[in-house]
Amino acid sequence: MVSEYLEQPTEGTPAEVTGSAQPTVIECRSAWVKYGDNPAVKDVTLDFPAKQVTSLIGPSGCGKSTLLRSFNRMNDFIPGIKIEGQILYHGRDLYGREVDPVEVRRRIGMVFQKPNPFPKSIFQNIVWGPMINGLAPRSGRKAWQQELVQRCLEGAALWDEVKDRLHESGLSLSGGQQQRLCIARALAMDPEVILMDEPCSALDPRSTLRIEDLIDELRTRFTIIIVTHNMQQAARVSDLTAFLYEGNLVEHGPTQKIFTNPDQKQTEEYITGRFG
Amino acid sequence: MRALHPGQPWPPTRTDRLFRMLIWSFAAGLLVLCALILWVLVSHSWPALQRFGPSFLWQTTWDPVAEQFGALPFIYGTLLTAAIALAVSVPLSLGAAIFLAELAPTWLRTPFSFVIELLAAIPSIIYGLWGLFVLVPLLKPVQAFLIEHCSWIPLFRGSPYGTGNLAAGLILAIMITPIITAISRDVILAVPRAIREAAYALGATRWETIRGPVLHYGRAGILGAVLLALGRALGETMAVTMVIGNSTKISASLFDPGYTMASLLANEFTEAVGETYVSVLLEIGLILFVLTIVVNALARLLLWKVTRDAGEAMKE
Repeated sequence: MVSEYLEQPTEGTPAEVTGSAQPTVIECRSAWVKYGDNPAVKDVTLDFPAKQVTSLIGPSGCGKSTLLRSFNRMNDFIPGIKIEGQILYHGRDLYGREVDPVEVRRRIGMVFQKPNPFPKSIFQNIVWGPMINGLAPRSGRKAWQQELVQRCLEGAALWDEVKDRLHESGLSLSGGQQQRLCIARALAMDPEVILMDEPCSALDPRSTLRIEDLIDELRTRFTIIIVTHNMQQAARVSDLTAFLYEGNLVEHGPTQKIFTNPDQKQTEEYITGRFG
Repeated sequence: MRALHPGQPWPPTRTDRLFRMLIWSFAAGLLVLCALILWVLVSHSWPALQRFGPSFLWQTTWDPVAEQFGALPFIYGTLLTAAIALAVSVPLSLGAAIFLAELAPTWLRTPFSFVIELLAAIPSIIYGLWGLFVLVPLLKPVQAFLIEHCSWIPLFRGSPYGTGNLAAGLILAIMITPIITAISRDVILAVPRAIREAAYALGATRWETIRGPVLHYGRAGILGAVLLALGRALGETMAVTMVIGNSTKISASLFDPGYTMASLLANEFTEAVGETYVSVLLEIGLILFVLTIVVNALARLLLWKVTRDAGEAMKE
């Protein structure tokens, strides 16, 4: 029932500000996120259009990770967290009473700051999510799993490196490979949205580049929201950029414009490295 | 004061050296103590070792008057009661540990943990008395029912005495529950948040997350806890002696009385006369000592492996 609720197609409002022709997938309406009485995100109104890469940038503590984690209800586990205003997914309130957070996370995948593969085999890392969610068919399960693993690893540009060692531990991979395994694991759930919380901050420049190439390949199939500290990265990978400062949304728009001709002086100062 | 030069090791003062020697001697003392225990056991059981040889381990007769001795009934009883204890205690303790680590409201965690750890502090004679006066009378009707209706299973044959292998196993289960619970709770709490978040982000429920990645991550630590508890169950004496019934007959039934190595020593040591009898009892002690050492070494090894693996995972 909950899944039907989330599945019902609704007319997406075209994102007026961003000028994107794509329908909106996630929409913040005066969203506040508070830890107890401390607001981390203040009155943010922001649209995330489908099949676009949006980056959230801003100095440490500006609330960008907190905002990202409220899109798949990852903040639910923090005691004292409060969400005010509205965060909508296809026009439906993600925090509505009838919404099952588990269902939300099946549709909105996440990649974390530090690669966090399960201490299991590469194969098991990928099939675990679909298996517990009952996505596997009753018969021909083995072939289905193998096909899934290959498809996801290819999707994450990791297949060629690991195809001969699928049953080795995911922890035996290098940091960059582990992060691509985590992306492959997220792909296995076939989500609509992938949230990435500084996915390259623990990686070396080479691995970072590979992840960025990967994001470029994924953009046609998924809606991607990426939090990043690295402004060059935001400029390289994203279509849209939102700049947050001390919990407030300062400016958002096409990445090109934000990085060449921002409206706000604060944005310009941040992207030119004057502070942050 | 001596001058210190860069690159030169700091010369230890006399107090440093004295302190180091003192600490070393304490540590070495423990090893010496352990070696002495082993030496006493071996040297005193030497006559029995020579006379009966390895067949002592599988002989079943125990007749001190005729000087016929076999250790099998006691090895069997020790292993059987420990197995019953683990079978009952492991699910119970794991459930309690998961509850304490994951589900209990914060205000309940500390008092609940405290009460469970308090169980470990109760003297074993108290457990024995409780077993004799509370558990055994409770078991009698249950046993009578099972004998009447399920006696086609060899485990449920015999007479409903109350005392016996089952009562001993259950008492042991209660005694080792705090050990497994406390360590497993710590192991579960030590599972990194990143692992849980990875599972939740894939649409796993809380239960799926615990059952899958969390327990998988902590599996070696939990196994270590179980083995530590097994060590305790193998060596526990007083409570078992009071409820096991002390019979040297080997029986497959849970309800029949049995005997463990530890309770044999407790019961017969004061009555043992003659060199062979005493020597045989000490050989029983030696077997028990070796068994518990092996189990504990296994536990340490597993716990060490866990911390090492966790360390490797952190390096990345």
